[in-house]
Amino acid sequence: MTEQTLQVEILRYRPETDQDPAFQTYTVPYRDDWVVLDALNHIKDNIDRTLSYRWSCHMAVCGSCGMMINGEPKLSCHAFLRDYYPNKVRVEPLANFPIERDLVAVTDDFMEKLESVKPYVIPQQERAVDEGPHLQTPAQLNAFKQYTMCINCLLCYAACPQYGLTPDFVGPAALALAHRYNLDTRDAGREQRQEIAASNEGVWDCTFVGECSQACPKSVDPAAAIQQTKIASTIDWYKALLNPWGKR
Amino acid sequence: MAKSNKPIVWSLFAGGGMLSAFVTPVLIFVTGLAVPLGLMSLDSLSYDRMLVLAQNPVGKIVLFAVIFLPLWHAAHRLLTTLHDVGLPKGRIAMTACYGAAALGSIAAAVVLLRI
Amino acid sequence: MSRKPYLRKMPKSWWLARRSYTSYMARELSCVFIGAYSLLIVVGLHRLSQGRDEYGAFLDALQSPLSLVFHAAALVFALIHTVSWFSLAPKAMPLQIGEKKLSGGPVVLAHYAVWIVVSAGVLLVARI
Repeated sequence: MTEQTLQVEILRYRPETDQDPAFQTYTVPYRDDWVVLDALNHIKDNIDRTLSYRWSCHMAVCGSCGMMINGEPKLSCHAFLRDYYPNKVRVEPLANFPIERDLVAVTDDFMEKLESVKPYVIPQQERAVDEGPHLQTPAQLNAFKQYTMCINCLLCYAACPQYGLTPDFVGPAALALAHRYNLDTRDAGREQRQEIAASNEGVWDCTFVGECSQACPKSVDPAAAIQQTKIASTIDWYKALLNPWGKR
Repeated sequence: MAKSNKPIVWSLFAGGGMLSAFVTPVLIFVTGLAVPLGLMSLDSLSYDRMLVLAQNPVGKIVLFAVIFLPLWHAAHRLLTTLHDVGLPKGRIAMTACYGAAALGSIAAAVVLLRI
Repeated sequence: MSRKPYLRKMPKSWWLARRSYTSYMARELSCVFIGAYSLLIVVGLHRLSQGRDEYGAFLDALQSPLSLVFHAAALVFALIHTVSWFSLAPKAMPLQIGEKKLSGGPVVLAHYAVWIVVSAGVLLVARI
């Protein structure tokens, strides 16, 4: 019996020799329990050692193997070959980011934006260790829990045409994480985050395409976070208008 | 970063989108299809009836809301859509879209006050 | 080793690349019809203010094939707007009772219920 095979078309870019990226096709064995990442590992181990890509956990936790698979942003460890077989699989680096090499995207822009929204608890007052834990009820936790699931895989940025059109846009994951800390009862940093989140480059560059939430492998729903931030920021704006002597 | 004034237009966009979602389909159906095609009586939109509606203070407010909010909704969405299809964000597009909505709103107010 | 990151240009026709982007664009284009319809109402009211004959001419114009085609298209896009607006509504209105987050289904259904009542109300008033 001849072995079943599958063709994988990969966008290659070697900065030291290539002017432009170009597709290269590899033939890999087909296994119905393989994901695209397995096929890439097979190529790297057996066919072409020069292929570069990021991966780590192989189980949709680390968030490093995001790629465009047949034009859709997906974790390559989460995309089964059986969903494409016998057709070709086309693999490209995440859309909307510059290409460092082959399937490796340059993600510095996101890292800066993530940092800018202060994605950590900013307490009203520092709490000493002997004051004990800061208690939170399950209901208070559940109000923001979904937004804590973000693994920074950037599929949402690759899915977002507004980020592609306006690279200054703070973008889905960073804004979802800002919202996550704003909703946290232990946090008092909303005003600091609003500097970024409620700016023109913050939620206001979003046109609610909604694809960020569709692409998210962790059901974070950044589109909802952004929408809720728009509403809250609008209420802030009208409050400030009605009460110009208020503290904002 | 500068404080954004987007909430002004965005609240009109959202309010207009909500109102439009509820009333625009049925209004288009009645005024643009059902009555002209004779599915509904021409009396529905008769001169006397419409005049009563447009002369009534509450009717004026309702008519103005149904024009004003969806118009701003449309203007704001048109501006973002123009950007989506490749027009650069800038004063020209912004002035054209919001200016058209402002002129339409003023025209609506003037006409309604005069009737 | 020096870096040379490669920037891909987003094609102007990006919204044709994926079906979800295309339906987003259809939703966005609804604004053209909704805006035009608002302006059409202004024209109608203006004709109304001019007098019986002028308003009658406006009603006649509504029966022209061009007007009918416009309104048919406008109705389709208005419905796209309504359906997409309702389907996204739960994202703006998260519901939580106690510890439990509620699904968006009831929010969407409530919007449809109000829509049916409003539409029936307008039809009823128009008929009387």
